[in-house]
Amino acid sequence: MRFVLALIAALLLGGPVLAVQPDEVLKDPALEKRAREISAGLRCLVCQNQSIDDSDAQLAKDLRILVRERLVAGDTNDEVETFLVQRYGEFVLLKPAFGTHTLLLWLTPALVLVLGGIGAYVALRRRPQPAAAFLDEEEKKALEALLGRDNSAS
Amino acid sequence: MLVEAGHFALALALGLSLIQFVVPLWGARANDPVLMTVAPASALAVFACIAFSFLALTSAYLNSDFSVLNVVQNSHSAKPLVYKISGVWGNHEGSMLLWVLILALFGGVVALARNSIPMRLQANTLAVQAAVTIAFLLFILTTSNPFTRVVPAPLEGQDLNPLLQDPGLAIHPPLLYIGYVGFSISFAFACAALIDGRIDAVWARIVRPWTLGAWAFLTLGIAMGSYWAYYELGWGGWWFWDPVENASLMPWLAGTALMHSTVVMEKRDALKVWTILLAILTFSLSLLGTFLVRSGVLTSVHSFAVDPERGTFILGILILFIGGSLSLFAWRAPMLRQGGLFAPVSREGALVLNNLFLATACATVFIGTLYPLALEVLTGEKISVGAPFFNFTFLPLIVPLLLLLPLGQTLAWKRGNFLGTAQRLYAVFGLSLLVTVALFAFAYGGPVAAPLGVGLGVYLVLGSLNELVTRSWSKGTPLAVAWRKAKGLPRSTWGTAIAHAGVGLSVIGIAATAWGVEGLGSLKPGERLKAGDYEVRLERVIPRIEANYREDVAVLTVFDSGREIGTLETMKRLYVTRGMPTTEAGILTTGLGQVYASLGEMQADGSIGVRLYYKPLVLLIWIGALVMAAGGALSLTDRRLRIGAPARTKAAPPAAVPAE
Repeated sequence: MRFVLALIAALLLGGPVLAVQPDEVLKDPALEKRAREISAGLRCLVCQNQSIDDSDAQLAKDLRILVRERLVAGDTNDEVETFLVQRYGEFVLLKPAFGTHTLLLWLTPALVLVLGGIGAYVALRRRPQPAAAFLDEEEKKALEALLGRDNSAS
Repeated sequence: MLVEAGHFALALALGLSLIQFVVPLWGARANDPVLMTVAPASALAVFACIAFSFLALTSAYLNSDFSVLNVVQNSHSAKPLVYKISGVWGNHEGSMLLWVLILALFGGVVALARNSIPMRLQANTLAVQAAVTIAFLLFILTTSNPFTRVVPAPLEGQDLNPLLQDPGLAIHPPLLYIGYVGFSISFAFACAALIDGRIDAVWARIVRPWTLGAWAFLTLGIAMGSYWAYYELGWGGWWFWDPVENASLMPWLAGTALMHSTVVMEKRDALKVWTILLAILTFSLSLLGTFLVRSGVLTSVHSFAVDPERGTFILGILILFIGGSLSLFAWRAPMLRQGGLFAPVSREGALVLNNLFLATACATVFIGTLYPLALEVLTGEKISVGAPFFNFTFLPLIVPLLLLLPLGQTLAWKRGNFLGTAQRLYAVFGLSLLVTVALFAFAYGGPVAAPLGVGLGVYLVLGSLNELVTRSWSKGTPLAVAWRKAKGLPRSTWGTAIAHAGVGLSVIGIAATAWGVEGLGSLKPGERLKAGDYEVRLERVIPRIEANYREDVAVLTVFDSGREIGTLETMKRLYVTRGMPTTEAGILTTGLGQVYASLGEMQADGSIGVRLYYKPLVLLIWIGALVMAAGGALSLTDRRLRIGAPARTKAAPPAAVPAE
């Protein structure tokens, strides 16, 4: 832990440099645009919740250059991401892949919406009945029985 | 000496809170008015003690009393006065003290609102409030004491984290805490109602202004934090889906839902159980936010210290209050009787839908924020959940909500007519469609999302204000009459319309960021850099020395399509005491858009890296939030909600109802 903190401190004290440096930019604007898109979805592994596109850290710079190298070599966007996941693990993706380990994460919004909707619908549908029959015959009898028992007890 | 007195006052406050917790609860149970009146008296005393304690710490900061550890760690004699004051809460211990100060302040206000709150409800509410105060006072006294002395006292302090040396720190945390902690009142009222087993429209009427007020402050606090991050962090983003931001967004979403469901409860006596549950959940999320930020589970600018003992303590508080209140809810809620009926297509129905979407959005943020932590603890797998995930899941939930907003606002209570309502919005649909198409044509080839989003925003603004128009004007009405009618509409109607229009303004601002352009380059003096139609010329880089930092200032001249429109200064600072560098973005506002520049490294050839953005309409994001809060504040002044009004106006003649 101490090491990590020291590392973070060292990176911070290294001085703020711009995220994407002028010398990193690719000549082909289409390729550069793709590089920026990919970068925005990749985590700077030593930072706090920053993409490599936003981060000033040296590692982010290395990753940005790596992404551009792969693109120049002809990789598709998916291939670049797969390559980075193989190298750094899924931690590098800011949008985690859909899988058994992220099932709950991805399904929660839909589940809450659907179950909540059904719940609200059922609750609202069911409501008129008890209100319409404020005390039905059976309840009245039960009430009388209770009152009777109360009277007999006293 | 004053420092010790402050420490003592805090301990005294703890003792008084115990009285405020036990005696009124007992009094309410035994129906003893004498015991119940202990509640307001002790609440005021607790507030006085904590306020004294807070002032004692503030005075230690003002006098740069370096025999106090907290002052040593977070202050410096050369620090500007405003940061000496705001530095009081710019650290863990002080910010927790501010937290309980606001908690006690709210308790004090509830205590003073004696006339408008039934005695039993007030006693129970203040007792629950005291329970929260006790927990947090214990936390401060045992793990985060700001009054610890240090011997021997050092000659100079270690200064405040430079990122926090900003006017933002003076405003952002107090606003945010008033919001967070304000929801504790809704929570306390909910628990009190459960303890008493009674809840009705009167309860909703009493609780609503508190929720509304807390919500307005939280809105301001979040917007302020967002603007602060925007200009301080230097890469031009305004929302990062950072766990700390999410921690404040969750109570905001739940609080927004609560605010709307209390309306249903007040007007129609329906949704009682759900409203109570929401009140509990909203404050629980505020507590969760405090836990996430204060425990060091997340490391960022906001977590001033990483200390597992504190984390465990807050986790304990969290479990105690959330578990306790939910158990109370499970036990007592079935006893609550449901009231008013309504058809699915009605204002109530629309508000149920509003609650459904907001609750789902809140659940999405919740799972996205906590899932990586939980997964790592359970399986050791490390994943990241960042902005792309949230944008992908959050937008589909919010857009339908926004599309339905003007419709819901226009629908009648109890039983609405969907087609008739849509008809009243014809002009709004037409105009916003026109704007969207025009924007598509105007910005042809640009991002698709921008015109659609701006169109949505325009639809929201027009749709919200439409209600004011249709309620006061129909064909043939002279404008003077219409204006008089509009002025006669209840303030809460105006407030609703204005707050909803604020949502629209924010949406326009957010959507327009897609039209933003940026430029990147290394400049020597005299060289230029372009971003879209805007261009800057680097004039000079000059060093400057201030009291507690030194900086390199780059002066840039800004051009709009070749015409000079002003200059801006952007800085790279080095805070001497901590040896920590920061960048200060240079911003030139043109209309509602901003030209934004930040500095990079000095290159070997004497040039300096500059990143330039033009962000059209960006100010609307925060202006929208201000308008939302203003709408909330306007609703608060509605005569119906004025504190003390229900009890006092009995004898007064009924308020004039504007003719429809």
